[in-house]
Amino acid sequence: MTSTLAPASGRTAAPGHPPKSARWRGPLIAWLFLAPALLLFLYFKFIPMFVGLWKSLFKVQTFLGDEWVGFQNYQTIITDDEFGAAIWHSVVLAFGTTLGSLVLGLGLALLIEGPARYLWFVRTAAFLPVVTTMAAVAEVWRIMFHPADSGMLNIVIGWAGVDPQPWLASEDSSLMSIMLMSIWRGTPYDMMIFLAGLVGVNRSLYEAAAVDGASTWRRLRHITLPALRPVFWILFTLAAIRGLRVFVEVYVLTNGGPNGSSEVLMTLIYKLGFQKNELGVASAGGIVLFLATLALTVIVQMLRRRQAA
Amino acid sequence: MRFDSALGLESRRGPLATTGKVLIYGAMVVVFTGPLIGLLMSAFNKTLDPTSFSLWPDEFTLENFIKAQDKNVYLYLLNSFIVVGFGLLLQVLVSVFAAYSLARKKFRGMTFVMLLMLATMMLPEEIIAIPLSLVLADMPLLHVNLIGTYAGMILPVGAWGFSILVMTEFMKEVPVELEEAARIDGAGELRIFATIILPLCRPALGVIGVFGFTMIWDQYLLPLIVAPQSEMWTLPVALRSLRSDEEVGIGVLLAASLLALLPSIIAFLAFQRQFMRGLTSGAVKG
Repeated sequence: MTSTLAPASGRTAAPGHPPKSARWRGPLIAWLFLAPALLLFLYFKFIPMFVGLWKSLFKVQTFLGDEWVGFQNYQTIITDDEFGAAIWHSVVLAFGTTLGSLVLGLGLALLIEGPARYLWFVRTAAFLPVVTTMAAVAEVWRIMFHPADSGMLNIVIGWAGVDPQPWLASEDSSLMSIMLMSIWRGTPYDMMIFLAGLVGVNRSLYEAAAVDGASTWRRLRHITLPALRPVFWILFTLAAIRGLRVFVEVYVLTNGGPNGSSEVLMTLIYKLGFQKNELGVASAGGIVLFLATLALTVIVQMLRRRQAA
Repeated sequence: MRFDSALGLESRRGPLATTGKVLIYGAMVVVFTGPLIGLLMSAFNKTLDPTSFSLWPDEFTLENFIKAQDKNVYLYLLNSFIVVGFGLLLQVLVSVFAAYSLARKKFRGMTFVMLLMLATMMLPEEIIAIPLSLVLADMPLLHVNLIGTYAGMILPVGAWGFSILVMTEFMKEVPVELEEAARIDGAGELRIFATIILPLCRPALGVIGVFGFTMIWDQYLLPLIVAPQSEMWTLPVALRSLRSDEEVGIGVLLAASLLALLPSIIAFLAFQRQFMRGLTSGAVKG
C-alpha cells in the first residue's frame, strides 16, 4: 500500500507518484516510533528468555565459570521430590483458585446484575480487593489467619460455631488458606468480567422464554450460560496461568512452609536462584513453568475449538 | 414483567425480597471490604497485641505512623513513588509512540511486531525472573550493572504489551481525514502525533495511566531482585521486614500496609470509569 505513504512526502508529491524518498521514509518513521518499545522488550523480555534457556543447560558458577551439563538440570527437576511437590502444590493452588473464583464470580455477577445505583456501589466496593497491592493484602490476611482463638478469622468462624483452625500454621491447611485468600482476591475480577458478558445477552430471548413459561433455572441454563461461554474460557485460561506462576501470595503468607507444605514452583525457583545460588537449576525451573503455561493455553484453545465445532 | 437481568432480582419487590437483597449485598460488601476496613481501623489503633485486628479502634492514635518514621517507612514510600513516577511516565510515552506506529502506519513486518507484543503478554515476568537478574547485572553490549539502581526497577516496566495494545486499538479510531488535512497544511510527523492524535486519545491515556500505575505499584519480584540493600526497597517489598517490633507490635506493619494500599485504591476510585473500560476491553493479562 504505497499510496498511503504519498501524503507523508509533503505537498510537492503528485498523488499516485510518490518520490523515491517516501518509499523508505514511511517505514523508517514507523520503526523509529516503535524503537523504544522494541528495545525495552528485547532487553527485559526476549534476552532474559534466551539467557534462561541457555543457562538451564549449564551448572552456573560465579567464579569458576559455567559448566555444560546438558539436560541434567531438567532431570534434577523431574526426579527431585521437592520439585515434584512444588509442581503439585502449584497445580492444586491454580485450579482451586481458578474454579473457586469462577464459580463465585459467576454467582455474584448474576446476583448483582442490573442498572440500579446501589448495585453500582456494591460492585465498586466488592471490586476493591482486585486493585489492592498484593503484598500489603497478604500481610493483612496473615494477621487475620492468626491460629490462636483471638485470630480474626477464628473469631468469625466461631460465630458460626466452628472450632478455631490453625490456618497457615498447619501442614494440612496452609495451602487451602492461601487458596482462600486468592479466591477472595480473584472472585471480584471474574465477577466484573462476567457482568460485562451479561450485558451482551440478548434481552428478547429472556422475554421469549417467559412467554413460553420457562423457569428461571431453564432461562439460566439455556440462554445465559451459553452466552457466557467465551468469557468463561478467557477467564479460565488467564486465571490458571496466573495461578501456576503465583509467587507473592505464598512468599508473604508462608514462604512455602510449614515444612514445605505450601511450597510452589516460583518460591522454590526463587530460593534456588537467590538463596542457594543454583542459577542453572532455577533457570530450568523457569523454562518448565513456561512450558506448562504454554501447554495449558494450547489445551484450552483446542478444547474451545472442539466445543465450538 | 421486565427482563433487565438473568435472575430478574431487581424487579422483585416486597418485604421478603428486600430483606434478602439487603442481606446478600451487605454480606458481599462486608466480605470484600472487611479486611481493608479492618486494616484502616487497626492502623490507627494503639495496641501491642500481634493478633489484634479490629473493625473499630479502641484507642485512636497516630503513634504507628510516627514510629514508622524510625523504621524508614517513608523512605520506602518515597522509593515506591520514584519508581512508579518515572516508570509510568516511561511506560505511557513508550506505549503512545509504539501505538502511533502500529495504528497509523503500514509497513512490512507489522504483523510480526504485533505477534511479538502478544508474546510478551504470554510471558509473565515470574518465569524470566532468574535470567532477568543475570541480564540486569550485566546488560548485554552495554555492560552496565543495573542491580541496586532505580533504573533497574524502572526500565523493565517501561514497555507493557497491554498498554500498547489498548492504545493501538484506540488510535485506530481517529479519523484519517484529520491527519491528512494536517499533512496538507505541512505539519510534520511529530507535530501530527502531538497535536492531532494524542489530544484525541485522552480517554485511552486515562485507561493506560491507571492500569500502568496499579501494575507498577504492585511490582514485587522485580524490586526484590533489583534492590538487595534496604535503602532501595519499595514499600511492598519492605513490608516483610516490619513484621515484629517489640515497642509497637504490629502497628508499624499495619500503618505501612495501609500506606502501600492507599495509592492504588485512590487511583482506582478516581479513574473508575477508565478502569472498567480497560478491564472489559478483554485484553487484560495480570
